[in-house]
Amino acid sequence: MKDITENGPPRTTPIQSATFSQNVNAEIRRAAATGIYDIRGGGAKRKLPHFDDLLFLGASMSRYPLEGYREKCETSVTLGTRFAAKPIQLDIPITIAGMSFGALSGPAKEALGRGATLAGTSTTTGDGGMTQEERGHSNKLVYQYLPSRYGMNPDDLRRADAIEVVVGQGAKPGGGGMLLGQKISDRVAEMRNLPKGIDQRSACRHPDWTGPDDLEIKILELREITSWKVPIYIKVGGARPYFDTTLAVKAGADVVVLDGMQGGTAATQDVFIEHVGQPILACIREAVRALQDLGMHREVQLIVSGGVRTGADVAKCMALGADAVAIGTAALIALGDNDPRWEDDYQKLGTTAGAYDDWHEGQDPAGITTQDPELMARFDPIEGGRRLNNYLKVMALEAQTIARACGKNHLHNLEPEDLCALTLEAAAMAKIPLAGTDWYPGKPGTGY
Amino acid sequence: MQTIDLEAQGLRHLNATLHAQAQETNQTSWEIVNPRGSHAIACGLDAPIEVAVKGSTGYYCAGMNKQATVHVQGSAGPGVAENMMSGTVIIDGDASQYAGATGHGGTLVVKGNASSRCGISMKGIDIVVHGNVGHMSAFMAQSGNLVVCGNAGDALGDSIYEARLFVRGSVKSLGADCIEKEMRPEHLEILADLLERGGSDAKPEEFKRYGSARKLYNFNIDNAY
Ligand SMILES: Cc1cc2nc3c(=O)[nH]c(=O)nc-3n(C[C@H](O)[C@H](O)[C@H](O)COP(=O)(O)O)c2cc1C
Repeated sequence: MKDITENGPPRTTPIQSATFSQNVNAEIRRAAATGIYDIRGGGAKRKLPHFDDLLFLGASMSRYPLEGYREKCETSVTLGTRFAAKPIQLDIPITIAGMSFGALSGPAKEALGRGATLAGTSTTTGDGGMTQEERGHSNKLVYQYLPSRYGMNPDDLRRADAIEVVVGQGAKPGGGGMLLGQKISDRVAEMRNLPKGIDQRSACRHPDWTGPDDLEIKILELREITSWKVPIYIKVGGARPYFDTTLAVKAGADVVVLDGMQGGTAATQDVFIEHVGQPILACIREAVRALQDLGMHREVQLIVSGGVRTGADVAKCMALGADAVAIGTAALIALGDNDPRWEDDYQKLGTTAGAYDDWHEGQDPAGITTQDPELMARFDPIEGGRRLNNYLKVMALEAQTIARACGKNHLHNLEPEDLCALTLEAAAMAKIPLAGTDWYPGKPGTGY
Repeated sequence: MQTIDLEAQGLRHLNATLHAQAQETNQTSWEIVNPRGSHAIACGLDAPIEVAVKGSTGYYCAGMNKQATVHVQGSAGPGVAENMMSGTVIIDGDASQYAGATGHGGTLVVKGNASSRCGISMKGIDIVVHGNVGHMSAFMAQSGNLVVCGNAGDALGDSIYEARLFVRGSVKSLGADCIEKEMRPEHLEILADLLERGGSDAKPEEFKRYGSARKLYNFNIDNAY
């Protein structure tokens, strides 16, 4: 009683709402002040079921491991064996995803080419066309065929080692590209045939075909123009992986590229990044099932992407049935994106190393996602290439380590039986038994 | 004149033969018989040759054309002369959807009508249509000229950038950010040249010009703070 008379009645401590969290409220205030949705780069930042929710079992009484780092464990992969006269042969199953010149600087594209070439893998153009830097430094270059068709021309098409028809991207299935005025430099404007300084939105659908039946004819045209030499990939976002894969195969793809919702983007509405599409974990088995139902698994190769960071992630993708992976964000980080060495500059931009995602504003302290000559000069493409090569090598070594522990002499021999799931969600999405059980939700014959 | 029978010799033979024509070929004149609506006829050409197609074509005839003159003596299916870089493509009949889509250069002439999305996303090509064009023509058109001697359908020039649109007849409706613009002497001059190249005897003075209001060029942000 004495306490109440002195301090008043007891009160609850202030409680922040989980629904109206600090972040949510800050976004409401930002929207109220500016009248425009938040645009940013990167992938989904929310926590999603992911590869971390899977574990490898390793060898045991019934499985025989291979010796640590001496016994052979192959990593090579051949892409485009279905129709192309010249399939792409890679030393490692980790490719560099398409990232546009415009979003990235010329030297950053060069570094991706250098690193990928050293590591024996391919790199990919992006919206905005093919630059000489990247063609010159990429031993294997995949040329994206996008709705915008910026810079698209038959000469570059014939200089490419493969063509990737982009139907969608995991960060924004159903959305087009964006490149804001700050980044439309003279060179970018010229390549895209657009006025300088405008906020540019690339189309979300192709201008001259509408469905898979049309796409089949479009692919015929591309093959005729390139004399049936190079593989044709179809890239889709993680939306309806079973049907998208089935239709891509029907349309004549040599390779299907499947990008889950964690996949990075150069610039998209935050609402799109966080609320549209499925996590890659939920997509891979469905795509593989589609290929198996068509008798096309390993005939048409499957490349998956969206949040691939480590050799463990690579090994898990392969175990789930993919033939290769693609990396975007991780490659940029290897080059130096979001590096704490630029912390002072990140602070000036109102952010911090690791959280910087305003790539569309062109003020990247690391000089990678910019067209500003001074910032670009901070980035050394040779050093960047070296770092990317090292990182790719480490990922391949890590994946091999796991594969050997599972008794596999090729990464492709990893299989779902090598895995268990840590959460019910991951078990259901990846169709992998929950750890400690032989069951996953929806397992045929179990009734639930 | 060399003749290729598409039905008998097949598409791969046709395109491989035409691709093999080097810059200074003597075989400048080709005739394709029995096209029968096949797709991807004479696509990816890159030589100053003349190709006459004796009949109607399917999708993507003369796609990505460079230098060549392709003359379709019939009607053309969707995406004729898509992404053309240079050269000339002439359609005696009608053209289906997306004629001249994303074309970077060269001239496309349609003597009949063109269907919807004619000149979609065009990037420098000149298109002359003697008849009408369908809805959504010149959608997101970036540069180049679209001349319509007849009428235009709904949503002409939606989200247009810097392409010039000239229409002689009626325009059912204009798309977002597309407006009628003043026809100045320099435009009449450009148009006269286009009409001449397109083989039309229409008078430049009979046309109206449309282009971008440039209101969608930048995001509309409230900068009050
Ligand atoms: C800076 C940046 C630019 C991108 N540009 C393109 C593009 O032009 N075309 C495309 O298909 N995907 C583009 N993407 C997506 C990547 O190709 C890829 O799908 C994605 O980055 C994979 O996910 P990850 O970033 O988690 O590795 C871009 C991604 C980033 C980070």
